Amino acid sequence: MGEVGAAAAAGNFIGEADVRLHPSLPLMRIVPDDTKFDFMRFRRISFPASALLSIMAILLFFFHGLNFGIDFIGGTLIEVQSKSGPADLAQMRSTLGGLGLGDIQLQQFGGPENVLIRVAQQPGGEEAQQAALAKVRQALGTGVEIRREEVVGPRVSKELLAYSTIGLMLAIFAILIYLWFRFEWQFALGAMIANVHDLVLTIGYMSLTQIDFDLSSIAALLTILGYSLNDTVVIYDRIREMLRRYKRMSMPDLLNISVNSTLSRSIITHVTVTLALLALLFFGGHAIHSFVATMIFGVVLVGTYTSVFIAAPILIYLGVAGGRVEAEDLVATQRSART
Amino acid sequence: MLYISRWKAAAILLTAFICCLFAVPNFFPEKTVQRWPAWAQRHIVLGLDLQGGSHILLQVDTNDVRRQKLQALQDDVRKLLREARVGLTRAPVIRGNSVEVVVRDSDVQQALTKLRDLSQPLGGFLGSSGQRSVDIENAGGGLIRLTVSEPAIVERTRQVVDQSVEIIGRRVNALGLVEPSIQRQGVDRVLVQVPGLGNPEELIKVIGTTAKLTFRLVDTSMSVEQALQGRPPPESEIVYGSKAENRVPYLLEKRVIVSGEELTDAQPGFDQRTGEPIVSFKFNTSGARKFAQVTQENVGRAFAIVLDEEVISAPVIREPILGGSGQISGSFTVESANNLAILLRAGALPAKLTVIEQRVVGAGLGQDSIEKGKMASYFGAALVVVFMVMTYGLFGVFASIAVGINVGMIFGVLSLLNATLTLPGIIGIVLTIGIAVDSNVLIYERIREEVRTGRTPITAIDAGFTRALATILDSNITTFIAAAVLFFIGTGPVRGFAVTLGIGIVTTVFTAFTLTRLIVAWWVRWARPRQLAIS
Repeated sequence: MGEVGAAAAAGNFIGEADVRLHPSLPLMRIVPDDTKFDFMRFRRISFPASALLSIMAILLFFFHGLNFGIDFIGGTLIEVQSKSGPADLAQMRSTLGGLGLGDIQLQQFGGPENVLIRVAQQPGGEEAQQAALAKVRQALGTGVEIRREEVVGPRVSKELLAYSTIGLMLAIFAILIYLWFRFEWQFALGAMIANVHDLVLTIGYMSLTQIDFDLSSIAALLTILGYSLNDTVVIYDRIREMLRRYKRMSMPDLLNISVNSTLSRSIITHVTVTLALLALLFFGGHAIHSFVATMIFGVVLVGTYTSVFIAAPILIYLGVAGGRVEAEDLVATQRSART
Repeated sequence: MLYISRWKAAAILLTAFICCLFAVPNFFPEKTVQRWPAWAQRHIVLGLDLQGGSHILLQVDTNDVRRQKLQALQDDVRKLLREARVGLTRAPVIRGNSVEVVVRDSDVQQALTKLRDLSQPLGGFLGSSGQRSVDIENAGGGLIRLTVSEPAIVERTRQVVDQSVEIIGRRVNALGLVEPSIQRQGVDRVLVQVPGLGNPEELIKVIGTTAKLTFRLVDTSMSVEQALQGRPPPESEIVYGSKAENRVPYLLEKRVIVSGEELTDAQPGFDQRTGEPIVSFKFNTSGARKFAQVTQENVGRAFAIVLDEEVISAPVIREPILGGSGQISGSFTVESANNLAILLRAGALPAKLTVIEQRVVGAGLGQDSIEKGKMASYFGAALVVVFMVMTYGLFGVFASIAVGINVGMIFGVLSLLNATLTLPGIIGIVLTIGIAVDSNVLIYERIREEVRTGRTPITAIDAGFTRALATILDSNITTFIAAAVLFFIGTGPVRGFAVTLGIGIVTTVFTAFTLTRLIVAWWVRWARPRQLAIS
């Protein structure tokens, strides 16, 4: 920004010094001041596009499914590291396949010496899982180091799935209530549509990539819910303020001003969050890879798009009308604007 | 907004400083910290996924509890009616959830009065809950049905869990493990968490074994083959040998001579003649008396030592055992003898426990995760700081200082709560770094806008803070709700994520409302800017 012509013209300075910070180093200007991009016009593209993508995501979920981890379908997961160079996957596969434990998946994980072994849930209740683990352990022998082993029995996996589903619903509901108290119901509904849309697209992404869907995925979904709402709330806050300030402005114009004036903040914030997430993606190791990848998709790609192109324009259809605020309100806002 | 009184400033700085101070013990070795006063020793506990260890969730077998309860009821009914000299048409039997007994028609009333003693009121929240432990029903024709009520089973299950927690605690301590945590979870579960254990298999064997030990006589009234083909005598049953004993069947009397509860000690050792591992034991006085009497009367006969429905050894009584001590030899290894001794000393679990969830992380993987988590945190923080300074110049430095203090406070609060830091928890902190600057961005962008509407720097800053803070609060509460929900549904590592995320939100709002304002206020007073160069 640099010079502030308008402010200087207004005069009324307390100090005398003309403080310029970093005169030699120009600061980055990500969004030019007075950007006037017509976001609302894009609703004719963004709404059908989002609807289509959501339908595709739902179809993916039902027909392609999610790659449920052992948290939700039970079973055994073992991470081993070969003690002598790269692991011989083929040999391991044949050894473990001969145990008669049903479906066993092997996957290189991180490096050539690391292997992730998944054993499907065994029929015969909780004890059968323990027995299967003992068999696998014995078959693996002493040539590998067991770095991690997880056994989730049928009872716990059912509970985790139920709690997670209830938890997600509960979070959506609690946030809906909060927004309803804080804003008007149209805003609460708009935010909810936008964010259910985020969740649906993220689940579609998880189905498409077949990323492991486990408890940490639920954590990712809830975080996406929280953060993309964070973004929406910032824009809504501004819209509410503008509604009070400009009574006669048409809704699309008012929304455009609101989105444009918060655009710089939205982008800068998303850059910082993305930087943090990218650091996690590249240096955080394999254990958190799918967790972070999901969050990057949900928070960065979908969340940003949604708050600008869905959450804001949807208010046009939900009957938030400009010019219906009482006259005294107007006086109040003007007064507060002056202080 | 920009005027902050001296006292307020001091309070803000003091709060931040104290919060950060609580993080200090984490940076010193444990030995040093132990010499500090107790309040200064609070520190972050590394989750099992970071330091390695076992998380084992066990569930009490309610069917086992029910069966025991019914068997006890059956015995009580038999005893009570015999004492009252009530004539029985049919002895008490267990049918489904009830014990049924048929008495002579003339004795029904007397039997009912007597049996009512078995039905006790159950304690509720406020005195009596109105429910009773046993429901007694006169089904007509002399048939009396006694049903164990559901609340009675639940209450018994609770007791079983409490006892199990204690017994497992004794067993785990006997294994010499550091800082094990054994807790009840819900009505019927026990959660065992043991950090840094090399061999989870052994741990599970030690905590999951019921270890019900009984000494019983071998029934010689018919051969085992006959009993297997036909029907064993009513007072006897077939019990198989352990794996080491090749699962040989034995015909044993149901009557128990002495049980494991009457042991006062058990120690692993070696047989003096053969040198093989054994477990030697000592009975208490009443156990010793009973054992002496039975062995005196049955010289030449065999008796069996039964552990959890498996015969581990069936020696012949060569001479009466009067001293109240003896030894078990049954194809033990040194390790299994040691484990059995531990189990016998700690006592038997009151009911069967089943492992329903087990998560074990090796120490190597944990260390790797810590290294990677650190790496990602440093890079994440560095990237965010560089970007903020490039975008906002001096104000970016302010933001970075605020975030730095913010992270310090997160660690402080985590330490104060003795919270557990997990790998997802580290993600939560890194995410907080990325998100925390958002509050600064909101404030700065708002200030810029206010400047553009023609305000002076100082009024712009003032208005920027006022307007932005409401938004900051609104936007953070939604994330906090998500974190709170996650805290309640999540377990272990995922819960760690909810904790750091939630604490991060609180400290972020705190720093935005106080520290950032304080820093900017000081700067305004010092620099008296005529122009603002935010951006």
